[in-house]
Amino acid sequence: MTQSQTEQPSTQTPSTEPVIVAKDVEKWYHNGFHVLKGVSMTVYKGEVLVVMGPSGSGKSTFIRTFNALEPYQKGSIEVDGITISHDLKNIETIRQEVGMVFQQFNLFPHLTVLQNVTLAPIWVRRWPKSKAQEVAMQLLERVGILEQAHKFPGQLSGGQQQRVAIARSLAMQPKVMLFDEPTSALDPEMVREVLDVMRGLANSGMTMVCVTHEVGFAREVADRVVLMDDGCLIEQNTPQAFFNQPREDRTKQFLSQIL
Amino acid sequence: MTTVTPDALSSTRPEVVGLSPWAWAKKNLFSDWFNSLLTVVLVTILGWFIFRLANWALTTAQWQVIPNNVGLFMTGTYPSSLYARVWALLAMICLLAGLSWGVLSRNLSTLFSRNVLIGLGVVCAFIVLFPPTRPSSLKLLPMVAIVAGMAAIGRQAGRQRPGIGNWVSLLWFLSYFVALWLIGGGLGLTPVSTNDWGGLMLTLLAAVSGIALCFPLGLMLALGRRSALPVVRWLSTVYIEVVRGVPLVAFLFMGQVLIPLFLPVGTRPDRVLRAIIALALFSAAYLAENVRAGLQAVPRGQREAAMSLGLNTPATLGLIILPQALKIAIPAIVGQFISLFQDTTLLAIVGLAELLGIGRSILANPSYLGRYAEVYLFLGVIYWFFCYAMSLASRKIEDKLNTDER
Repeated sequence: MTQSQTEQPSTQTPSTEPVIVAKDVEKWYHNGFHVLKGVSMTVYKGEVLVVMGPSGSGKSTFIRTFNALEPYQKGSIEVDGITISHDLKNIETIRQEVGMVFQQFNLFPHLTVLQNVTLAPIWVRRWPKSKAQEVAMQLLERVGILEQAHKFPGQLSGGQQQRVAIARSLAMQPKVMLFDEPTSALDPEMVREVLDVMRGLANSGMTMVCVTHEVGFAREVADRVVLMDDGCLIEQNTPQAFFNQPREDRTKQFLSQIL
Repeated sequence: MTTVTPDALSSTRPEVVGLSPWAWAKKNLFSDWFNSLLTVVLVTILGWFIFRLANWALTTAQWQVIPNNVGLFMTGTYPSSLYARVWALLAMICLLAGLSWGVLSRNLSTLFSRNVLIGLGVVCAFIVLFPPTRPSSLKLLPMVAIVAGMAAIGRQAGRQRPGIGNWVSLLWFLSYFVALWLIGGGLGLTPVSTNDWGGLMLTLLAAVSGIALCFPLGLMLALGRRSALPVVRWLSTVYIEVVRGVPLVAFLFMGQVLIPLFLPVGTRPDRVLRAIIALALFSAAYLAENVRAGLQAVPRGQREAAMSLGLNTPATLGLIILPQALKIAIPAIVGQFISLFQDTTLLAIVGLAELLGIGRSILANPSYLGRYAEVYLFLGVIYWFFCYAMSLASRKIEDKLNTDER
């Protein structure tokens, strides 16, 4: 990580075309807990956005509203020009354009690696099996697990599973990728291989929203870093400014705890 | 201390040494005085029990009741002039069983390994030597030949066309209706009233039909109970809780009396059918709870991952959730099927001559008065055989579906 810190954050500059526009999103859990207190945020095309914050700050919940895994009660979210509504068809359309990688990988244990990756293209995009497999093999090669294609997820290490999960999401050719603490469940020596894949993805121009505690990754790859606390957006800035000259006291306090 | 190089450490795995019988016995049976005492006491009790049983079976017991009534045990009062149809049915089942065996073991290097050959030999010897099979042993031996022959064909076909398994499943499905036709007649065959269906044939028919009907129903009830739609959820819950609160006997009687009330006047479904429906409706409630347990054991993240890929609800359910839930629930589901199989004995109470009912009517015959032990032991062995086969099959399926192994 030390050698790459001199690199520019991203090879491509983000455009001004918004992919996700969230306005005053508010959410209450069933027990009445006010988890999101009016969060507004815009994600631009080609941008890598890192969301940080203490646990329980609502950051995971917030990005899970982007593909309607979490419903919200107030405000609006627009993904690729479509506003999320309660209509099932509308939600399914949005989910096809938004890839998501989970902390616990959530690979399908009863399917092989290849079947995991081809499932959605075949059943949702209606691609012929041969095309889906061809694309899947390319993606598996890209994340470096081509030779494991016919194994089951339970036979792979955590890092390999998470890379398969990334390939599975990419197979749908999404417009934006959401990462929900993708390295938090990994053994330390496997964090790097997953971050390397994510770094490669960022350099290819993918729009990414990452909830992560990896400061090195944020410094190096992010275009923008956001701090959330207690259901509110506290500060957003470029990584340099965020980590070196934080404006808010809450940010300073948070950074002093993790750095 | 001697130093060990890392290479030597990593490359040699300790040899697993087989123990000689004497050493095995010393290790497992006579390791100290208490274990030796336990061994002696238990072996004495077991030996005494086996000796008494064998003594009774070989000297006191009068086994004539079994071979004299083998037709009744197998098919009840089914007209003996139409036994050819029952043989045809058995041949069909043997044919499909052999075919499935062959297709399933297409990846084995040899189909007829030493153990399989010994097994086939034991079955043939049993057929020839066991008294009740004597009059029919000439017809039973070809059945074994059919199974073995079809297994060889099935293996060959399975190797050439891997997709043939689906066709075999379809054949099993169709065979059920062919079986009904062969037993009941019609369409060119002499009709046989369900009053004359009986014995093991009726037991198996009721069990297979009950299982085939209760599985989809139980699945729907399990999904219904977890549905987001309140009315569906309440209806499923009420059904499950009501049925589980009623004993099966009461349910069977209600089936005989109540089902006709719900149907238009004049259509009075057959009493075998009514009993099977009652059995299936009853088991479905229990099965639903087993499936629900499986559904709850699938992690929430699986549904979220499937949905985040854009899969709709039916696809998520059918491709991701159910395959995992059913796999988890297999032991419980097979347990339910085994208990359904044994519950068919209660059909005797509503007047059907299934295996146990036939046994009781034979015991009521003055010439076989008091032959309880012989008849019930024989029936017990038959029930055990089928239940054990189901349990064995469930273990095989579990092994096949296990994808966790490294």
